[in-house]
Amino acid sequence: MESLSLNLSLSCHLLRNMNYFTIPWDNLGIGAFWLMLMAFLVALPCSQMGSFLILRRMALTGDAISHSVFPGVVIAFVLIGDLASPWLIVGAGLAGLASTVFIELIHRKTRVKQDAATGISFTALFALGVVLMESMLGKNVDLDLDCVLHGRLGLLLEEHHVEMFGTMVPQPILVMAGVALLTLVMMVIFYRVLLLSSFDSGLAASYGYKPLVIHYCLMFVVSFIVVAAFQAVGAILVIALLILPGAAAYLCSCRLKAMLFLAGLHALLSAVGGLYLHVWFNTDMAAAVVVCGGVLLLLAWLLGPVDGLMWKWLR
Amino acid sequence: MDFLILLDFLIPATGAGKAILAAVLLGAGSGLLGSFVVLRRMALMGDAISHAVLPGVVAGLIYSPERSPVFIFLCAATAGVLGAGLVRAMMATTRLKSDTALGIVLAFFFAFGIMWQSRNQESTAGVMNFLFGNIGAINADDLRMMIIATVCLCTVVFILKRPLLVVSFDEGFSRGLGYPVRILNAVFYFLLTFSVVVALQAVGVVLVSAMLVTPAAAAYLLTDRFGKMLLLSMAFGVFSGVVGGVVSANINGMPTGPVITLAATAVFAATYFLAPQHGVLAKLFRKVRRRRRVHRENTLKAIYQIQEAGGFSYDHVSLIELARKRRHTEDHARKECAELLRHGFVELSSDGHAVSLTTPGWKRAMEMVRNHRLWELYLTNEANYADDHVHEDAEKIEHILGVNTVRQLEQDLDFPELDPHGKPIPQPQLIVPPIA
Repeated sequence: MESLSLNLSLSCHLLRNMNYFTIPWDNLGIGAFWLMLMAFLVALPCSQMGSFLILRRMALTGDAISHSVFPGVVIAFVLIGDLASPWLIVGAGLAGLASTVFIELIHRKTRVKQDAATGISFTALFALGVVLMESMLGKNVDLDLDCVLHGRLGLLLEEHHVEMFGTMVPQPILVMAGVALLTLVMMVIFYRVLLLSSFDSGLAASYGYKPLVIHYCLMFVVSFIVVAAFQAVGAILVIALLILPGAAAYLCSCRLKAMLFLAGLHALLSAVGGLYLHVWFNTDMAAAVVVCGGVLLLLAWLLGPVDGLMWKWLR
Repeated sequence: MDFLILLDFLIPATGAGKAILAAVLLGAGSGLLGSFVVLRRMALMGDAISHAVLPGVVAGLIYSPERSPVFIFLCAATAGVLGAGLVRAMMATTRLKSDTALGIVLAFFFAFGIMWQSRNQESTAGVMNFLFGNIGAINADDLRMMIIATVCLCTVVFILKRPLLVVSFDEGFSRGLGYPVRILNAVFYFLLTFSVVVALQAVGVVLVSAMLVTPAAAAYLLTDRFGKMLLLSMAFGVFSGVVGGVVSANINGMPTGPVITLAATAVFAATYFLAPQHGVLAKLFRKVRRRRRVHRENTLKAIYQIQEAGGFSYDHVSLIELARKRRHTEDHARKECAELLRHGFVELSSDGHAVSLTTPGWKRAMEMVRNHRLWELYLTNEANYADDHVHEDAEKIEHILGVNTVRQLEQDLDFPELDPHGKPIPQPQLIVPPIA
């Protein structure tokens, strides 16, 4: 009798333990998988481009772009009226380009330094975006301050679904999969150029790869990814997806290929961990993904094979 | 607590008065620290700190249901200082560069704040005011807090102005002077976080960094004196705060932060174009004027050289000859001479096809030729240039040499009479033109 009750309580305990890991699936069913996949598909292209931004010491240019594409998105949205339209990407690309042009105009033509020029340009464009949004859009549209902060990842399961291979797939996932695939293909094609110009732009220039062209192409690709990610995680948290995976991977490896792989892995782990944080603590999914990525980065800082604090202390 | 009662006299009763006082405090605090931020090239540090205070704000809202401003202020300041410390630690212990470290802290802290807030939505209902600013929501308690913080800020900056300034310009030099650089830097980060938190309710976390950078950058374009820059950037901060507050109060649902930011940007744009010394238009104007002067001086020099080749025996130099010398059309030469005529350097002959130099024209032309030949001589004698390599360099420098430099050159070269090509160096101080 006693052994039976012990057995029961043990299995209850086990069941509860199991519960922690199956809660998402119990609550959301296949939706949990879609959420996780979406987070991963957003984080993956960001992680790859972000790695290059970090190597080129342009991490905060990524930040500036992610803020300054916003007015472009708002204007395109006012004209088109659809958040899924490809014109949004064009508008955002132009706004991103405008911010880089403003930065250059300010710090080339006056004695204001580059950091201040960056700060002025992107805050101004972001503020312009918010003011345009508040004054030109009604209260009942999907694009609002909440969307700027949190993105629309949480609304994924309510989006339009499309049938594919016999299952219903939320449409944003298909779009994001396209973006991720395109980015990866581009990266494989231009890997050599990116590698060379990131580490030694002088050498790259002597091979005939023009640094300015590469710079603007990279900026355009980053704006493109940022817009795609903007809808998922909001304008401000995009920077996290750009920087955190690359930085964590940078702490763990000295080889670029390994770094890119680890950054992708970081994106996957933070998507999975983000889902669990989201469900366990009942929080916003986008922020949960980023916090999980941050925790992974702290782990890399402590235990990373190259820069880990632990090994330095032990030595 | 007498002084707190005294403070109450300062706080206006009306909502508009409160908003304006808040704008003044905000502009003063962030303008003051912003000047240091711009000089130290730490604009992005300001951005990182301002995002990093968000978890502190959320904690303040959750754990203080009665919204005690002091508590929220302290929580936010703690989070900001923690963020700044983490950036320093990350840069000191890893290979990560400063930009990446700033980005990590900014993103991680902000996301943590958002996550925490989304878990406690009912107790943090006012968080939107802190994110995008709402100057109308600032009440008397908040104002009292802001006044105390701003006064502390201004006092500390006033007392430590000199050491802080030296550290901002040259850390190595201030270490040499015996200043405790590490402590001063720590004090600076504290002050920066304070000013961010003071501005928080009016501008919001997302755009506070604009208040730190934009007014100060505008002031930086207007003056070369640090004291003036402090005052100007405070004035710009106050101005954009008041404008933003008034405009956003009149538009329903418009957050204050973006409007204040746009007002500050408008001020910056105006100084960018119109600043008397460092503005873009002034620079363009100076450049055009300099190019025209160089053009004039080259024409004068050509006329002199034609005269010299003829042994200074002609009364006039014909425009065709001038055009041939300058390798241009006659029309072009006529335009150049019209320009010289306007400045009184030449006179036109009666038929209009030739010019002669006036006395000021002779003087200017001789100065140019003298500068040119002196410099050629200097390069060959003192800098060991080959005498066929010196012309290009002299062609540029002849327009820039000042009176003192010329005197120095003459002394160093022992008052020479011939240049390296054997041509005489004219003496414009005698003013007497060779053919007079």
